[in-house]
Order: sequence, then C-alpha cells, then structure tokens
Amino acid sequence: MSQNKPAPGRALFSGLGVTLRNLFRRAHTKQYPDVKPELPARSRGVIALLHENCTSCMLCARECPDWCIYIDSHKETYQPEGAARPRQRNVLDRFAIDYSLCMYCGICVEVCPFDALFWSPEFDYVETDIREMLHEKEKLQSWVATVPPPPVNDANGEPAKELVAAGKAREKAETAPDS
Amino acid sequence: MPEWVELALRIVAALGAFLVFPLIVGQAEHKVMAHMQGRLGPMKAGGFHGWAQLLADGVKFAQKESIVPAGADRAIFRLAPLVALLPYLFVFLVLPLGPHGLVAQPLDLGLFFVLAILGIGVVGVLMAAWSSANKYSLLGGLRAAAQLLGYEVPLLLAAASPALAAGTLSLPEIVNEWEPWWLLWQFPALLVFFIAGLAEIRRPPFDAPLADSELVFGYLTEYTGLRFAFFLLAEYVGIVVISALTAVLFLGGWQGPLSDSVGWLWTLVKTALVAFVVIWLRVAWPRLRADQIQRFCWLVLVPIALAQLVLTAGVRIALDA
Repeated sequence: MSQNKPAPGRALFSGLGVTLRNLFRRAHTKQYPDVKPELPARSRGVIALLHENCTSCMLCARECPDWCIYIDSHKETYQPEGAARPRQRNVLDRFAIDYSLCMYCGICVEVCPFDALFWSPEFDYVETDIREMLHEKEKLQSWVATVPPPPVNDANGEPAKELVAAGKAREKAETAPDS
Repeated sequence: MPEWVELALRIVAALGAFLVFPLIVGQAEHKVMAHMQGRLGPMKAGGFHGWAQLLADGVKFAQKESIVPAGADRAIFRLAPLVALLPYLFVFLVLPLGPHGLVAQPLDLGLFFVLAILGIGVVGVLMAAWSSANKYSLLGGLRAAAQLLGYEVPLLLAAASPALAAGTLSLPEIVNEWEPWWLLWQFPALLVFFIAGLAEIRRPPFDAPLADSELVFGYLTEYTGLRFAFFLLAEYVGIVVISALTAVLFLGGWQGPLSDSVGWLWTLVKTALVAFVVIWLRVAWPRLRADQIQRFCWLVLVPIALAQLVLTAGVRIALDA
C-alpha cells in the first residue's frame, strides 16, 4: 500500500467540509446596480479631460494607436498686460474621444505633458447606438469630477520623483553662496 | 366537530403541506447552494432576499406554451406529470407530524402504503420517457428504470428494519416505540434508506437519468410550461417525503424535549435537517455514472441492508426473550 495515497472516499468528506465552510462565509457577489463598486484610483473606466490644461499639442491624438482622439484648435493672439507685443496661444475648439474605437490602452494619459487627461473609474456610460459613443469635450470634462485623488505613496517605496527633484533643488539653493 | 368537517380539515392541511413545504425546500436549495458556492442566490423577487423567487418561477411556467411533440403519444405524455406528482400527495396523508394523532390519516399499514405509493412515481417517469418520442428522453427513462427498480430493493429492506424493531407498520407507532439508542444500532439502515431515497428521487449524486450534461434533460427533455413545473415540483416534494420518512423512521419523528407540546416542531426540524443534507450533497458531490450507480446499489447497499435486517431481528429476539 503506497503511503502517499489518501484513503478512498476522503475527498467526498473534504468536499462536504469546503462547501459547509463556504456556507458561513460572506458571499463574493457584488449587488452591482444597487451598490456601486469601489474602484481604485487609476482604474481604466473612462478618460476624463481637464480642458483648461490642454494646449492642443496633439501628442495624445498622434500617439493613439487607433486614432480615436479628434482635436481641432485655432491660434489666437492676445495682448498680455505690460508686454511689448501680442502673444499667440492655442484655443481648443474640439476634443472628442470615440469610445467605440478606444481600447483603453492609456497611452494618451501617459503621454499628456500637461496633465489634461486622467483615468476615471466611471464605467457605465454605454449607449444603445455605437455612433453615440463619440463623446465631446463637455462630456469628457464632466468626468473630471469623478477622478479620485491618487493613492498615497507606499511608505516603504521609492519617494516620488517630484519630491526628490524638489529636495535636490533646495539643497543646492541652501549650499550655494548668497548672491 | 362533525366528522366530515374534521376530515376536510385534515385533507386541506395535508394539501397545504404538499404545496408549501416543497417551495420552502426549493427556496432553501436556491439559497444554500448559492452561499456554498460563494454567491447570494435570488435577491430581487419579492424584495427581501428573493423570497418570492419560486412563486415568480411558477407564474413564468404557467405563462409558457405547453408543447407536445408531433411524434409523442399525446395522452400518455400529458398524463405523466400528474402520475409523477400526485402519489406524493397521498404520502403526505399518512406522515405523522406530532403525537396524539397529529396526522392527516392514521393508517395501520402506513409504512407499507407509503412504500407502495412511492413506487407509482416510477411509472410516471417511464411514461414521460416512452411517450416523448425523443432519444434522450428514452435513454434517460431507461437509466431511470434501471436505477429506480434497483434502489427500490435497499429502500424497502432498510425501511423494514425500524418496522421490525418497533413491531408495527404504523408510522405513528414506530415513532412511539423509538428510543434514542436506536440511532446506534439502526444507523446502517438509516444510511441505506437515505441513500436509496436520494436515488429514488433522482437527486445528485444519483441524477444520471437527468444528467443535463449528457442527456439534455433526460426524460424531461420534451417537457415545457406547466407540465415541466409539475415534474420539478415532484422532485422537491420527493425531497420533503424522503426527508420526512427518514426523520420519522430513524430519527424519532416528534420525540425530543417537550415533545408533548412542541412535538410537531421536532418533526419539522428533523425533516429540515435531512433536507439540508440532501441539498448539501448536491452541491458537494459529482454525479455517479450509470454503471457505478448499479454497482453501488447491488454490491454495497443491498448487503448492508440485509445484514441490518439480521441484526435487527436478532436484537428483537434477544429483547423479547
């Protein structure tokens, strides 16, 4: 008789044990339409646009693998106070994301140099017609309110790059001779 | 109270139990099975934890079209669900609920009557299988025939043991005679009766005649609407009947503390516990193959039941001597 072989029929009883233990544990079911799920920050639900930060640089539209971002803009001249000559700036006319094409890769959020695009955990924006999945900037702006604050850095992790850079700059300023 | 009023009351009570208890067991199965699998089960129907799910199911079944296949034997096909369901109603008449004659119809031959009636359900299954004119139904029906006829033997032999021990075939009398130490020496019979009962009502792990992953739905393949609902109801009535019989024959029915006042509660609690085990086994255990079912019946259950009969007879003789 081999020693590793469990007694025949033992699995029947361990099966009974597992199911009985499960009976007294909380179920995993989420009551979705009644109870909204709590999704972590940066969940890939929808991409929100903070249009004040957008400079129409087109980086996101160009990096988008399936070309689902549409940007129209025009240049405007304006006269800042105390400046010698008028300046030019980009004004965003249209910013739209076609969510029937978007594959939620997040490259646009990564590539945006001005923090105008954010991941929002909102996910229930489905439409009955695929053509209605093209959302303009007003709609994209409305999702900014649902973007949660980023989670705090792990205490044992590396410090944030910004903090490291700021610390170095301060050190430099303190050790430098007063001018 | 005139006699006919009392009679009517008893019959209505039995009918009520026949209609209510299977629904409770069905709902319990929904919930217990769900929680054992880490789910919640029905939560919407009726508002509070889906308590009205089975009522909603009943309404749904009633609304569906009852289709009779073109090749089917129409009369037999229509009759089969009733033949499968109604015998259980008569079983409810003789199941004792509590002491002092708390039973719809006390019968001296109660156990004999119950076992004879349970055999009729088999005919309903065979009628459904043959009349459907469907190969899956026929396969399921043949499996059911082999299984039901086979398991009838250990069921009867095991049920004979407590009758022999009590010296009577009347169900209330068997409970009267029952004593807690019977749990020990009648334990093999209890196991055999419970297992054979599971097979008789075709519950997992003995559901090879239905086997939805092999035979579509066995002998129920062609049934729809209300007739299908009758078969489903028959399954749950079957759970109640087998659980109640196990409780009455082997677990002492109404016996327990304060049995004079709350004896009926003891019967219900014991029945509910056995029904819970029936549901539990469905969740935990895989289905036996048709050949394993036969082998288990003839090579394990029948010998144990026979040995138990010998033991019971010996103890009876020793006690009487």
